[in-house]
Order: sequence, then structure tokens, then C-alpha cells
Amino acid sequence: MANSYYDPADLRKFGKITEWSEELGTKFFDYYGKVFEEGALSAREKSLIALAVSHVVKCPYCIDAYTKDGLQRGITKEEMMESVHVGAAIESGATLVHGVQMMNKYNKLSM
Amino acid sequence: MEKSILPKKRPLQKSLKARDNELAGTNKQLQILDGGIFADGELPYFKDKISEIGHFPLRPNKLEILQINVGYMCNQVCEHCHVDAGPDRKEIMTRETMQQCLEVIKNTGAHTLDLTGGAPEMNPDFRWFVEEAAKAGIKDFIVRSNLTIIRANKKYYDLPDFFKKHNVHVISSMPHYTRGKTDKQRGDGVFDKSIKALQELNARGYGMPGSDLRLDLVYNPSGAYLPGDQAAMEKDFKKALDEDFGIQFHNLFAITNLPIARFLDYLIASENYEDYMYALVEAYNPAAVANVMCTNTISISWDGWLYDCDFNQMLDLKVASKVKHISEYNEDLLNDRNIIISQHCYGCTAGAGSSCQGTVA
Repeated sequence: MANSYYDPADLRKFGKITEWSEELGTKFFDYYGKVFEEGALSAREKSLIALAVSHVVKCPYCIDAYTKDGLQRGITKEEMMESVHVGAAIESGATLVHGVQMMNKYNKLSM
Repeated sequence: MEKSILPKKRPLQKSLKARDNELAGTNKQLQILDGGIFADGELPYFKDKISEIGHFPLRPNKLEILQINVGYMCNQVCEHCHVDAGPDRKEIMTRETMQQCLEVIKNTGAHTLDLTGGAPEMNPDFRWFVEEAAKAGIKDFIVRSNLTIIRANKKYYDLPDFFKKHNVHVISSMPHYTRGKTDKQRGDGVFDKSIKALQELNARGYGMPGSDLRLDLVYNPSGAYLPGDQAAMEKDFKKALDEDFGIQFHNLFAITNLPIARFLDYLIASENYEDYMYALVEAYNPAAVANVMCTNTISISWDGWLYDCDFNQMLDLKVASKVKHISEYNEDLLNDRNIIISQHCYGCTAGAGSSCQGTVA
């Protein structure tokens, strides 16, 4: 066993989850593959969304994977960083919008 | 100011050979490609992979392309270069060897002649050779130009006219449509010079829609990752180069970097070698095997030796045939050979496949 929770080499082994549950694993990877195909959104746009979400869910494997995916697609570092800011803005906005709840509660409790 | 977390760029000045780097030797490179994760059984050997689909030994199909490397001298020292080319490389094809090549060109069944290097234009007999070879009436006559050579020195300024005069098909490297990425891989100022050279070629009719003067671009990744979809990249390149600079070109070839020479050195130094080999093996596409370029190409080195491809040339893996040199060239005998393979070959079978003419699957 590795002595840390995250090992970069584990990303390569992702496919192996199918070995312990073939049906669910296969369904997941089929679904995953389908999601990222060209559709109403381009595969390039999806890659940038995935990169933003990877940061929000703070998944180091996903960040590695979608930085590389972006490079492969010719996505520039400026585009990548903007997508990270989109994720960060939504995440911080999600915190801040709760400030309204705080204000409501404050007002309700105050005379 | 705080220190940047980004690695500081070390611009390359010299070839591995001039630096006496151990990777300048082909034995060391082959040792790496055959050892490590492949010897451990972590990843399968290329031989085993193509055996699964009955393609071992790999055999040639009909010969279509003669690719002649007229010398390793180059005005650039690109970080990814599998040739380890640069201004310090002195291996240059002589006129005598060119004459032997011309005999072959006159009699070959191949329809394409592909001149490469280094910067082929730096060979002092380059123009003479092109003039003579053009007379042979070969269907598609390619010169692989790095573009900056056209702007490197006054004596090269008329190259676009020279290419046009001989109806040469120009294939040029262009790592990206942004300045930053291009200069990082190929050196400062390369992007601006390349743009200027492309504009010069366009002005002669090269690359214009419907023009017979063919201008194709080669894209290869600036780092330890594989190229994306060729058609999508072509669309992005066309849009950006047209919008920003009014530049036109015909096709974009997305080429995978093979773990040889300077790219191998980069992979090892940046600790990306294993991940890169995993990525290549994972992207292995059996459908690409039947059309890999060694099945329709013969590569000729500056000193007249024959190879299955330019990559095998750089690894000094000469053809496994009785005929090994241009002086004894015999197409029938050569076509009856087994192609030499190693783990670098995964680079040509990854994804949609990769060759000097772009994807193959």
C-alpha cells in the first residue's frame, strides 16, 4: 500500500474499477465516453467545463487528466485559467450567497 | 517578487551530440526503449502487441514515398527534435550521394519524394538537387521546411520563388497558432519569423484555396502529451491564422512526438517518460498498424544508408535487407524485408496513428 492517499500512478489504473464490478464499471465508462463526445457542445468546450469542475471538486486526478486533455486539444493556458476562475467564482458565490440567509436571520432575530 | 512555480525555460543552444550527452548514442536510447517498464512487464512490447493482430513481422506494402534526409544541420535547436539537429551538426549529404539518389528517383515506383533534414535548404547542394530531382517528374515533390530558414538569411529570401518554380510541395512545422507555445518549443522569435514566411508563401499562391501550390502545416505537441484530433486542430489553426494574420494553408498534419533523441531527453529530464509511454501504449490503435509509414516509405540518410523510417534512421537501425545502401539500391529486394521495430513505434500507432503525412487510421 502506498503511504499517501493520492498516487499519480493510480490514475492510469482507473479502468481497473471494472474488474470488481464489471457491469457498473462498464456502464460508467460508456456513459463517461458518451458525455464527452462532440454534441451540442464541442468536445473542446466540454474539456474546459471538466477542468473547471475538477477544481471545484478538488480532484487531483481530474486536474491532471483535464490539463493534459486541454493541451492535447490545443487549449491555451489563458483559456484554462479562465475556466478555473469560473469554477472558483461559482464556488465562492455559492458561499457568499448564503450571506443573504445570514442577513435574513440577523434581521429576523433583531428588534 | 516571489519565485514563480513555473519551471524556468532553458533555451537549447546545442545538440545532444555537441553536449556529449549519453542520449546522443543510439545504444543508450535503445536500451531505454527496451528496458524499464517494458522489461518489467508493466507494459507490453510493441512486437507482442502487433503479434496479437498477425502483423509481426511487420512487412512493407507497396513503396510510395522516398524520404531523403539531406543533412542534420539546422538553424534551430528545437527541444523535441528526434533528429537532434542544430547548427553544430555537420552531417551533410554530398553531391555524390545525391547523384546516387537521383538514379534511384529516376527509376523508382514511388510517387512521392520527400526531402527532410535538419533544414534541407542548408545543404549547399540543395538547389541543384531539387532542380535535378524535379526533372524526374515525380508526382509529389515535398520539401519539409521549418519556415524560419526562409527568413534566416538573405540568401534564403528567394526560397518561396524557388519552390514555386519547381512546383515543390511545402510542408512546414508550426507547433501552435500562438506565439508563446511556438517559441517555447522552437526558440524565441520563431513564431514571428514563421508567420512572415507563411505570408511570403501565400503571396506566391502557396496554400491558397484551390491553388496547386501545396502548403501543409505540421503540428506536433509542445510537451509530454499526444496530439488531439487532427481535423479539430486543423479547424482551430485555420481560424486563428486567418483571423490574426490572414494566413491560408491546405492541410494540417498532427504528428505524435516519438521518444527519441531530444524528445526522449526531455521526457526523462522532466520525469514524464513513464507516463508518456503509458499514454502511447494506452492509445495503441490496431487499425493504424497496417498503414504505418514504414510500410510505404524508404528513408535515406545523408550518407546513403537505408532505413524503414526517419526515426529508425536516428536510432541507426538500418533496413534488415541485403541492400542497405543507396549505392546498391534494389526496390524489389528492399520491399522483401521485415521492418525493424522497437517501443518507439507505439508513437506511430497511437490514436488515429501518426506519420510524416499525418494520421493513418
